[in-house]
Amino acid sequence: MGENDVWQGTLALMVLKTLGSMGPLHGYGIARRIEQISGDQLIVQYGTLYPALLRLEQEGYIVSEWGVSDNNRRARFYKLTRAGRKQIEKESERWEKAAAVLARFVAPGEEPL
Amino acid sequence: MRKLRAWLIRLWGFSKRDLHDREFDEEIETHLQMHIEDNLRSGMTAEEARRQAILKLGGVETTRQAYREESTLPYGETLWQDLRYTIRQLLKNPGFAATAILVLTLGIGSTVTIFAFVDAALIKPLPYREPSRLVVIFGSIPLGPKFHLSFPDYYDFKKLNKVFSSFEVYDNNGFMISTPTGAQLASGAKVSAGFFRTLGVTPMMGRDFLPGEDTPSAPRTVILSYEAWQRRYGGRADVLGQTVTLGGAPNTIVGVLPKDFSFAPAAPADFWAAEHDESPCRGCHWLFGLGRLKDGVSIESAAADMTSIALQLEKQYPDSNRGNGAALFLLSDVIVGDIRPIMLVLLGGAGLLLVIACVNVASLLLVRTQSRKREIAVRGALGASRGRLLRQFVTEGLVLAAIASGFGLFAADGAMQLLTRLIPEDALAGMPYLQGLGVSWHVLIFGLAVSLFTGLLFSLTPTLSLSLAEMRAGLVEGGRSAAGTLWRRLGARLVVVELATAVVLLVGAGLLAKSFYRLLQVDPGLQPDNLAALLLSPAQEKYSKDPQKVALERELLQRVCALPGVASASIANQLPVGDGDTTTTFRIVGRPSHGEHNEVAYRQVSADYFHTLQVRLLEGRYFTSAEDATKPPVVLINRALARQYFPGEDPVGKRINFSNGKPEEEMQIIGMIDDIREGPLDVEARAAMYVPFEQHTPWSEFSIVARTSVDAESLLPMLAASIHQMDPGIATYGATTMNQRIHDSPAAYLHRASAWLVGSFAALALVLSVVGLYGVIAYSVSQRTREIGVRIALGAQRSTVYRLILKEAAWLIAFGIVAGLAGSVAAATAMRKLLFGTEAWDAFTLVAVAGVLSTAALAASYLPARRAALVSPVESLRAE
Repeated sequence: MGENDVWQGTLALMVLKTLGSMGPLHGYGIARRIEQISGDQLIVQYGTLYPALLRLEQEGYIVSEWGVSDNNRRARFYKLTRAGRKQIEKESERWEKAAAVLARFVAPGEEPL
Repeated sequence: MRKLRAWLIRLWGFSKRDLHDREFDEEIETHLQMHIEDNLRSGMTAEEARRQAILKLGGVETTRQAYREESTLPYGETLWQDLRYTIRQLLKNPGFAATAILVLTLGIGSTVTIFAFVDAALIKPLPYREPSRLVVIFGSIPLGPKFHLSFPDYYDFKKLNKVFSSFEVYDNNGFMISTPTGAQLASGAKVSAGFFRTLGVTPMMGRDFLPGEDTPSAPRTVILSYEAWQRRYGGRADVLGQTVTLGGAPNTIVGVLPKDFSFAPAAPADFWAAEHDESPCRGCHWLFGLGRLKDGVSIESAAADMTSIALQLEKQYPDSNRGNGAALFLLSDVIVGDIRPIMLVLLGGAGLLLVIACVNVASLLLVRTQSRKREIAVRGALGASRGRLLRQFVTEGLVLAAIASGFGLFAADGAMQLLTRLIPEDALAGMPYLQGLGVSWHVLIFGLAVSLFTGLLFSLTPTLSLSLAEMRAGLVEGGRSAAGTLWRRLGARLVVVELATAVVLLVGAGLLAKSFYRLLQVDPGLQPDNLAALLLSPAQEKYSKDPQKVALERELLQRVCALPGVASASIANQLPVGDGDTTTTFRIVGRPSHGEHNEVAYRQVSADYFHTLQVRLLEGRYFTSAEDATKPPVVLINRALARQYFPGEDPVGKRINFSNGKPEEEMQIIGMIDDIREGPLDVEARAAMYVPFEQHTPWSEFSIVARTSVDAESLLPMLAASIHQMDPGIATYGATTMNQRIHDSPAAYLHRASAWLVGSFAALALVLSVVGLYGVIAYSVSQRTREIGVRIALGAQRSTVYRLILKEAAWLIAFGIVAGLAGSVAAATAMRKLLFGTEAWDAFTLVAVAGVLSTAALAASYLPARRAALVSPVESLRAE
């Protein structure tokens, strides 16, 4: 799985963060929002999004229920749980640390060797 | 915790797959529609909007797969698939499945069976507290180390030793018990008061013996074994406080021992009485010691301490104690010491069988892998990962092993019952640890371990021959790897060894079976059908004088003859087909004696004895009922005595006497009878003389035999009842029929048991070697399919192909049989002592075994040969 793990890990944080700021949202909405925020740098495909949503739900960070979208479509809405909120804090912190460490490696002129 | 929660939900998801799938489809559909709508809104055409959306979102099917794997447990799912696929494969190939399972069942079954015995005898701790600290103390005399102790010696050892925390004694004689239906012999033992405390056993009901309860003046008390409590007292709770008359003295029952209690050195024992005899006689030895070593004392230092005490006693009491020492053995060695090597040899043999069985099944699996190469290559090409394919093999291996283990455990359970039944009751009583032998937890765990081991072995076998690269190559050409050739050579050698082993075992079994048959053909010198026999022990006080015994004999015979179904009855001091003991020495009157030791079997029989047994009279006459103490002494001899002591003479009319007999005791030989096998059936009949009961009454015990006109077995209870009716004080035991007596005699048992044991191992070896041969030949055919195709294409006849394959098999078979026959003559010579009336190189057996084995082996190689002959040249060439 290698790369996927990192991707999935970050995707999970993106999904949680999106749900945290936007409130309950369906899958398409989440994908769109992530793409927008990334400035269309990221393309979210079904194959990555839906398994990630399923896993977050299984782990209890989000819950889902069927509802009706703005344009009257039956859609499944995902909502953050309390555990999900805590997870955002924890994951953000972890991510910041990791990013800072990585930044030191890739920053020009600061070869660690 | 989160992970566990997710795992549980996924497990739950297993059951709701359809619902999940539907919801997922709907969700994806919504997603797609929303996307299309957005695209439309940004100005695309309807078609373009849809195309872009689908392009961007990626494949729905792969997503569904990923989603499904995420929503349930994928390995559970694929496991289920693999299982179904495996079972389909096995059903599709019933010949392979049945053979593999049969072979494995035999291997696992035999290993588990033998393990159960080893576990019961050697692994399971004895049911005592810290059994490794218990030792048995014997008296050692110049004749050997396992003799009895005298009471004063025991007392001194107990007082003077510094190595035992407790030192008790037991003796294992039975009791004469008075019951409402008459006196009987009951099994039992006498123990000193601390015996059970030393073992660490407490009665399950009532109490143990109190300290001092074993003194001569103490009231007599007895503890029951659990089995005796159930059998004799129906398990009633009010048994405590009841009295039972043992050896003429009333004993109070004070306790009942636990169900799992056993003490092999004194088994079987219904009654455990306190030892009250404190005989001051140092020369009277009748006790065995039981000691518990103090902490930190080794058995060697304990032995040294005891030896120094024994030396001291020898100095103090030179008359009685000269050469007397003490010998110490661990209780576990006393109980299982004799059978430990046998058990370990059997376990080794069974383990070897299992290994051979595994190798055979592995070779069958290899053959199958060869024919499945294409299937596997296709699955690989369609995207099955190596791990996924490996998992399939592991599943197949485990399923095979699991099925075989199931059957194997059943077979083992049956075999255990069968094997314990082969052990005669007397011998079984000395092995209480075998009671309740069955599939216990230990055995089950062992069986599981074996099955897991075999399962893994079989999972790995096909993968060995199937590297990933080769898997791909399987699509393009029929790979013929170096590993394949190696296996063929190795397999061929292994099969030769297997065949040779099978020959040795088959010959052994054949010879033993023939010996057993010969043994049963031995003419016992009497007509054994419809003969009932019973041992009697009249109370000494009542029948001590000759006239009393004669009166008893007459009344006994009169009563027994009056029973319905009895044609005639008579009495003898010893029954035929016994140990051949009870002998006398004699001299021939009128011949100079040079101090020869003429020892012959000596039987005191009532007048009708030979008539009842239907013994052939060769010369002279039988006894008459008038020949009692008032008439001149007479004697009958058997043919062996005549041949040995009167060669070339007519013995009838000659006179003989006991070695130290008075002149008036001289007996005239009035007749010669054919030999009766007084001793074991596998020993030549020895010289014997027969005298009238009423002229020479036996000491105390004797047997009564009745010729019946009905089934002898059905008469036995009546026989005992009629004797007790006459005098309840006569103990009766050992009721049996003559046929049963012959059947149960040690010689018959030994031959029967060894024939069965070797026979079953031989049957296993035969099956295994034939399957092994099949595996090797079939593998060879699968490897040579292309070659055979070319030969046929070039014009080879089918018969040539048959010959080609069968020749390969025939070489292996010939090597195996020749090596085996050579080995079996050597083995049979080594076990000559077990053979009876059969030569080690019995041609019939050797030829028969060679015939059976080569037929079976050729039949097994015919199958692959046929497959080879039916190879279609076009297909075999195209397939590669």
